[in-house]
Amino acid sequence: MEAKLNADKTDWSPFPYLDDQDVISVQRGPEPGGLPGAYRAFGETLRGLKTTFGRIIEGPVTIQYPEEKTPVYPRFRGRHKLHRFEDTGLEKCVGCSLCAAACPADCIRVVAEENDPENRVSAGERFAEVYEINLSRCIFCGYCEVACPFDAITMGHDYEMSDYNRSDLIFTKEMLLAEPIDRTPLRSEGE
Amino acid sequence: MLLGEVDFVESTGVMVVKSVLIFIGVFLIVPVLTVVERKLIGRFQARYGPNRVGPGGVMQPLADVGKLLGKQVFRPENAIAFLYAIAPGLVILSGILTLAIIPFGNVEDGVGLYGIDVSIGVLYFFAFSSFAFYGLLLAGWASGSKYSFLGAMRSAAQLISYEVSMGLALLGVVMMAGSLSMTSIVEAQGSIWYVVPQFVGFLIFMISGFAETNRSPFDLPEADAELVQGFQTEYGGMRFGSFLLAEYLEMFVVSGIAVTFFLGGWMGPGPPWLDPVWVVVKILSLIFVFIWVRATLPRVRYDQLMSLGWKVMLPLATLNVLVTAILVTVL
Repeated sequence: MEAKLNADKTDWSPFPYLDDQDVISVQRGPEPGGLPGAYRAFGETLRGLKTTFGRIIEGPVTIQYPEEKTPVYPRFRGRHKLHRFEDTGLEKCVGCSLCAAACPADCIRVVAEENDPENRVSAGERFAEVYEINLSRCIFCGYCEVACPFDAITMGHDYEMSDYNRSDLIFTKEMLLAEPIDRTPLRSEGE
Repeated sequence: MLLGEVDFVESTGVMVVKSVLIFIGVFLIVPVLTVVERKLIGRFQARYGPNRVGPGGVMQPLADVGKLLGKQVFRPENAIAFLYAIAPGLVILSGILTLAIIPFGNVEDGVGLYGIDVSIGVLYFFAFSSFAFYGLLLAGWASGSKYSFLGAMRSAAQLISYEVSMGLALLGVVMMAGSLSMTSIVEAQGSIWYVVPQFVGFLIFMISGFAETNRSPFDLPEADAELVQGFQTEYGGMRFGSFLLAEYLEMFVVSGIAVTFFLGGWMGPGPPWLDPVWVVVKILSLIFVFIWVRATLPRVRYDQLMSLGWKVMLPLATLNVLVTAILVTVL
């Protein structure tokens, strides 16, 4: 394939791709004023009134927030959750700190500790002695979820996390392991 | 018949009782109107409107009044104290005085269901409804603020533009009924409501009514977007509340006048005791139209307001009057 050089070009018009048939004339509305204008204005006013009246018949579409909550999609990234194995009740987190390493906002703090074989906390060799997420820094990117080799941390559906103190936004392991008090509604199929 | 003569005079006691009753009734309707308007506008915009105070938000007016009463009584430093204080009163006074002539029913058992029946009905209405604009002008001027002043100037210009066509719109009805008295005009509509033969007049009256009551789309004097409430900018607390009250009162009065002149007043099926109910139902449905229009139309530009008033409404109203005059004489 040979590149076409400018030297070979013969048509130097500013719109080389526009044929005459491609030129579209601008569609203008009717001129304002006069008797036709008044007639149109009257008609359009009635059309507007009809439009707003239609809203009364259709009824409100707003969601009464504190009582009703907006349903979220299944993949919505809300507040983190830590998980346990369902059968043994042991924590899935083994304190590897990969989530902390993946975190772009640097909001996860993990301190690992050796498991006592008599009284295991996690299934692995070590467990997370301290697991804190500073939710005031978290950007809810979900990288921690991706980084976790044991699916121990996932992003939940909770989005009501406002609080009065910054220190209250540092979520400890116990808080992250616990189920949220109010379940956030999930969007049903096709909603 | 002498000018200003009252057709039908009752004893002073009856007058006082019925004035108080009508006054209280309408003042109870005004707060209901405010919440109904907000709820309706909500519905028009596909939302609920106020629904937090009381069941379904019905206690909202009480909360509003409580808030307004709790406000600091404030007056700007360069306001003229006396005029600043009486302006809201004047506006309310005008609303109440015009309310007096709206008939809620015919004479029953020797008592007329209206404040007074003056034989100069229409003139009385115009005299006292224009009175409200003294209040607005005073409010705007005495506040000592440029936004208030601009708002007041706008309302003055608006009044002049629309008062004329409003008067001409009613003139057609007056010629057909052959009387200025409100009760005679209603009685003249026994066979057919004047909204049918005077449809143009009805439209002109309603459009001018929107302008007279400073309601959307002609709410230029208070244009909250550019004039921050216009003549009410410097008012707060219950003084502001008085302007609001006056606005709803005027809306009620203009609807009442429209019902009397065009929609057959107390005429309606059913026994005579239903008459006041019919009047109130008609008035409320006209107020629904006011709210509906407010929810629909954007505010017009100032020059559009002026050109509509002088170039469209006035010639149309004049033509209407001329045609009516010819038809009344010929037929």
